[in-house]
Amino acid sequence: MIKVENLSKAFGSKLAVNDLSFAVERGEVLGFLGPNGAGKSTTMRMVTGFIPPTAGKISVGGFDMLENPIPGKRLIGYLPENAPGYADMTVHGFLNFSAELRGIQGGARKQAVNRAVELCFLENVLYQTIETLSKGYKHRTCLAQSLIHDPDVLILDEPTDGLDPNQKHEVRNLIKRMGENKAIVFSTHILEEVEAVCSRVIIIDRGRIVANGTPQELKARSEMAGAVLVRASGVAAAALKAQIGAMSGVKTVEILKDGEGGIEVRAFPDKSKINGSLTRNIAELAVQQKWQLDEIHTEEGRLDEVFRAITLPDTVKGH
Amino acid sequence: MNAWTNIKTIMKRELGGYFTSPIAYVFLVIFLLLTGFFTFTVGNFFERGEASLVSFFTWHPWLYLFLVPAAGMRLWSEERRLGTMELLLTMPITTWQAIVGKFLASWLFLALALALTFPVALTVNYLGDPDNGVIVSGYVGSLLLAGSYLSISCMTSALTRNQVISFIVSVMICLFLILAGYTPVTDLLVRWANPVVVDIIAAFSVMTHFEGFQRGVLDIRDTVFFASVIGFALFTTGVIIRNQRAG
Ligand SMILES: Nc1ncnc2c1ncn2[C@@H]1O[C@H](COP(=O)(O)OP(=O)(O)OP(=O)(O)O)[C@@H](O)[C@H]1O
Ligand SMILES: [Mg+2]
Repeated sequence: MIKVENLSKAFGSKLAVNDLSFAVERGEVLGFLGPNGAGKSTTMRMVTGFIPPTAGKISVGGFDMLENPIPGKRLIGYLPENAPGYADMTVHGFLNFSAELRGIQGGARKQAVNRAVELCFLENVLYQTIETLSKGYKHRTCLAQSLIHDPDVLILDEPTDGLDPNQKHEVRNLIKRMGENKAIVFSTHILEEVEAVCSRVIIIDRGRIVANGTPQELKARSEMAGAVLVRASGVAAAALKAQIGAMSGVKTVEILKDGEGGIEVRAFPDKSKINGSLTRNIAELAVQQKWQLDEIHTEEGRLDEVFRAITLPDTVKGH
Repeated sequence: MNAWTNIKTIMKRELGGYFTSPIAYVFLVIFLLLTGFFTFTVGNFFERGEASLVSFFTWHPWLYLFLVPAAGMRLWSEERRLGTMELLLTMPITTWQAIVGKFLASWLFLALALALTFPVALTVNYLGDPDNGVIVSGYVGSLLLAGSYLSISCMTSALTRNQVISFIVSVMICLFLILAGYTPVTDLLVRWANPVVVDIIAAFSVMTHFEGFQRGVLDIRDTVFFASVIGFALFTTGVIIRNQRAG
């Protein structure tokens, strides 16, 4: 549904987006990750037709967004960053206005507004003006606006920003549910959100795509992925470390905790030499050595670690 | 016809925006008070002893100089300040539809303000026997004048998110459009410049073109002038908005 080819955007001499290409099909939820100033919002603004790109091609639903943007715009629901809204309008008036601009008339409009109000839980503030809304409600109002025409394509710039934990949960579920038959792109700084709802993740840094894959694939890139955490008692930390470290297929072992509440170590596998499951091997060793095992599990890898590893050098160097 | 539907939707919202805040009412009251003040006090409406609205219309270019930019300054600067421009321009409408819709809404509002001065016309009909054709022509001219100022305010409000700056720049441009053909200024200019040059400059002034309407002399060229100012200013608004989006 969304196809972006070699997209670039320069502000003056500064390249905010640098040769970006990606595609999103119906049934996919694509998560945009990246440090502040990476170019996520700029990319979304170009896809929705708000700002023209310096170079590249964008098509939405097969319609070229540069030559003839109106048919493409009809398919898109867009939640801009900071969720703008007309300060002096009521929530109801604002949603009605959006529906009208989307060409929804009469009874259908009433239904569309009611549906959006329900989806975003706005019943209590329906006749309040937008300037008097709390941040979260303002955000939800703008989200409702993007859903009003039940669009095939959704572009959401930080949709859960400013929402309380319950609402974050609701919005994630909503995105996930809608993702089954729409093409959705959303940006976020909350990594667990990505794991919860995305079918694919793109990490952008300084205008370039630096990683692209499913959340699982990205997590597997983590150093932590495949490491085994062992919590035990009745044995000295140093002995535990030495004995696990001597096993074949173990690269290093680090002591995480050594004190009253027991000891905790983490063993990193040597991925080239591993034979069988490291976790199972360690568990067998524990039985042999009569350690009292309190916990043993395989780490999945963590997205925040991958994110940092990929983007940190740049952030530290500055722009 | 789709375009017209979009324009109407934008107009409706914009007009609603005037009336949900006190701005509209304050504006209307000030407008009516000032027209009354200028017509009856400064303009010597009664002392003139003639059944016409000359003393009413004469002041309009000056009155509008401040009132019209006040009504138009928020048109686009507010959209930029709130960030709603991003919503509006990613809707399935063209930038032109948005510009025209906003402009027409404000113009309609000014037309309403102007229409509320009807007691002046009634008074003059009650007191004497005026030429009502001249009065209608005066109203048409006044409306076109207001539209020209408004289109300029529309343009300056697209330039900045700051309404005060938008107001000041717009007043300056409108002031120029007045002074270029204001008799005391042109009289001064002919002392230094070739009268032909002065005439050319004066041809760009709203004063020159509003004059005929006040006297009831309808000249197609005057109408074309006001229409071109509006067309040019709205076109420039579109160019400004496009350039801003390009960054
Ligand atoms: N209108 C503009 N004029 C000049 N520079 C701009 C403009 N808009 C964005 N930029 C620059 O482009 C870069 C990318 O900005 P963008 O807003 O896309 O980042 P982002 O990834 O959305 O960041 P965040 O996570 O903070 O929202 C930034 O360096 C920003 O300063
Ligand atoms: Mg952003």
